[in-house]
Amino acid sequence: MKEKQSVGNFLLNNAMIIFMIGAAIVVGILRPTFFSMYNFKNLISNTAVRFIIAVGVSGCLITKGTDLSAGRTVGLAACIAATFMQAADYSSKVYPNLGELPMLLVLLGVIFVSVLIGLLNGLVISLLNVPPFIATLGMQTIVYGACLVFTGAQPIGGLRKDYTNISSGSIFNIQLLPYLGIIALVIGVIMWFVYNKTPHGKYMYAIGGNENSAEVSGINTVKTKLVIYMTAGLMYGIAGFLLGAKSGGASVNMGMGYELEAIAGCTIGGVSTNGGVGRISGILIGVLVFELLKIAMQFMGVETSYTYIVQGIVIIIAVALDIRKYVAKR
Amino acid sequence: MQEYVLEMKGVCKSFPGVKALDQVELHLRPGTVHALMGENGAGKSTLMKCLFGVYKMDEGEIIYNGEHVKIENPFDALQKGIAMVHQELQPIPERSIAENIYCGRYPETKILGLIRTVNHKKMYEQTDALLKGLGLNYDAKAKLGSLSVSQMQLVEIAKAVSANAKIVIMDEPTSSLTRNEVEVLFSIINRLKEQGCSIIYISHKMEEILQISDEVTIMRDGRYIGTWPSKELTTDMIITKMVGRELTNLFPKRENVPGEVILKVEDFTSIHPKSFRNVSFELRKGEILGVSGLVGAQRTELMEGIFGLRASERGTITYLGKKLHITRPKVAIENGIALLTEDRRGSGIFGVLSVSDNISVASLQQYLLFRVMLNDRKIANLVQENVKKLSIKTPSIKTQIQSLSGGNQQKVIISRWLANDPDVLIMDEPTRGIDVGAKYEIYCIIAELAKQGKSIIMISSEMPELIGMADRIMVMCDGRVTGFVDGKDMNQEIIMELATRFAS
Repeated sequence: MKEKQSVGNFLLNNAMIIFMIGAAIVVGILRPTFFSMYNFKNLISNTAVRFIIAVGVSGCLITKGTDLSAGRTVGLAACIAATFMQAADYSSKVYPNLGELPMLLVLLGVIFVSVLIGLLNGLVISLLNVPPFIATLGMQTIVYGACLVFTGAQPIGGLRKDYTNISSGSIFNIQLLPYLGIIALVIGVIMWFVYNKTPHGKYMYAIGGNENSAEVSGINTVKTKLVIYMTAGLMYGIAGFLLGAKSGGASVNMGMGYELEAIAGCTIGGVSTNGGVGRISGILIGVLVFELLKIAMQFMGVETSYTYIVQGIVIIIAVALDIRKYVAKR
Repeated sequence: MQEYVLEMKGVCKSFPGVKALDQVELHLRPGTVHALMGENGAGKSTLMKCLFGVYKMDEGEIIYNGEHVKIENPFDALQKGIAMVHQELQPIPERSIAENIYCGRYPETKILGLIRTVNHKKMYEQTDALLKGLGLNYDAKAKLGSLSVSQMQLVEIAKAVSANAKIVIMDEPTSSLTRNEVEVLFSIINRLKEQGCSIIYISHKMEEILQISDEVTIMRDGRYIGTWPSKELTTDMIITKMVGRELTNLFPKRENVPGEVILKVEDFTSIHPKSFRNVSFELRKGEILGVSGLVGAQRTELMEGIFGLRASERGTITYLGKKLHITRPKVAIENGIALLTEDRRGSGIFGVLSVSDNISVASLQQYLLFRVMLNDRKIANLVQENVKKLSIKTPSIKTQIQSLSGGNQQKVIISRWLANDPDVLIMDEPTRGIDVGAKYEIYCIIAELAKQGKSIIMISSEMPELIGMADRIMVMCDGRVTGFVDGKDMNQEIIMELATRFAS
């Protein structure tokens, strides 16, 4: 009884992706350098970090929640990472007497903090039943405040070479295989496995599909949601760590608005804000296409201020198109 | 004056997977009570929702006051003088009775001739007058939620009356009313008739129909069977026309043999004073225990309490000789108890997920490889097996469950529970909203499970169904168990008497 997909319906259901790829092609024709290797690598690195954040948010979205603290958590993670990854000989070190720490230790520390933030989100949402929108909006401000306190609003620079190399380097020096892209890919594969091949993943979709039914079916919805928000935190931690390396420094403003980009990427990629629906592959396409549009706008010389306006519009249209699929026609 | 105030002709309406209405017609005379009858799933409510503008008909016409009309939405219907008392109440319990009655059409005053405001004084006065006129002694300012379910239903009827409607649709208005309240309702209906108002009356209760209605239209499986004057009909004739075959074939032969007691509930009491209390009963192995009662008798709440979805204040559940403390559904499930909920959409199916996911979701822990990874092949086997065993009609196991018909959705949920091999299966209105053919299949499944030695608790609001299927029936009223009936005592009169024991 599969509904016949008319051409019109197909176009409408994938309107955002078609539009954005179309836009990129047009830009490519107008500005041939758009298809350069440099630009391509740039696209991969940008997409990689955004994709990891989007994967984090996707679990929240699939369970009909959201996470507005994503961007600020990424920012805090980047600031913490940068602070402890400053080169020993850098003149204005935050902790001048601190020696060089093992990179893995710093990464674990960053992850610890961001998972803790995710845990708090999860507790507030699943135990206190605060709507995710409000809970994570509050957390967004808390994390920003914590970041201000931690950094004293000072930018952090002078990062170690081995740290920044994560972002600039690539496997066998092949431009098409930057470390960032590989890391994102590995995370994508792991999360695909979690979403599709584990009970936890099935429970996540079930809670998003119908939380009451999930409860009746014996699913521990509190635990599942806690794990989802903690996983989201884990993703932000990794993304923040990578973002610090990529930017070669960090400041409190880092990560601002990333949650909306992540949510946009998810929605464009078919994650429904109505819950229960969403695939990792879709998220990858969504984020990629969204980045493509941003870079296309840069190439056309659109001022950054205007790109925000376009991004906002894209998000709203993407959700409107998504909801359209679920509003029952009576 | 025309012969008919309203005619509906050639009405067709399809939902994904079901043709709900097929060339249905209805002819309503002015100033009469017209009963619309048929089994659950016959399409009565759907037809009325088409008339009230809730659904759009695929085909068909409505002739109202001699003119062809199109009814766009419920507001449009009300404007045209058609009001509906819904089967499922849609009240706003936190607001006053008056606000519920005038919701969407509040009396207004204008400040400075510009700003529209609600005229509360007028609203309360009108409501008081309305309620008093109908013999209902409620305070217009009281919160609607402070009334009982049956009182809310009368308020809903008052709302329809207040709209000065030419046609009032009453969809099972007496389903939760006590005998006295039914009398109040009938006097309201007679008053409406005198005012020239026509009433479309949907009910399952034969005596009521024969008492109050002038004409009867009967539907079966979404089709129009015919219209007869009530005087010419008897209960048996109506049933035969509704069912379309002899009553004896309605239920499968049961071969289950109840054995020893496996579940014992004693003095089970909710934390809410108005909910279930002091409930004690026993369930035997291989027994089908029916649970009867009016809407609001707290049957569902009791079962959800046993299953760990609702909190209890005291009482014990002894299961296979040991006391259980069921604090959440997981505990119940692990002990072999399953609950098929009443509200299939609200707490049964996962609409956007596949048939496969819907069947396997409660038993995933049994299909793990290396303790983390799901064994997709085993799950596919489980699903295929169930699809075959319960003859679930689905294009594929990857199909979204929401595109299946109600009967098939129900079978999917039954499969979900069977995957856990429970000993006790609590089924809350298992055949609600399912068409007749599929109902019989569900009955067969229930009978077969009982034969296999599984114990079934079956809640139903349809008495013939309980009488046809259950070994014993437990009757509840107002949160309490008022009695058990079995054998010869299983008839509608005795059950009804028990179900209204505490009714005022």
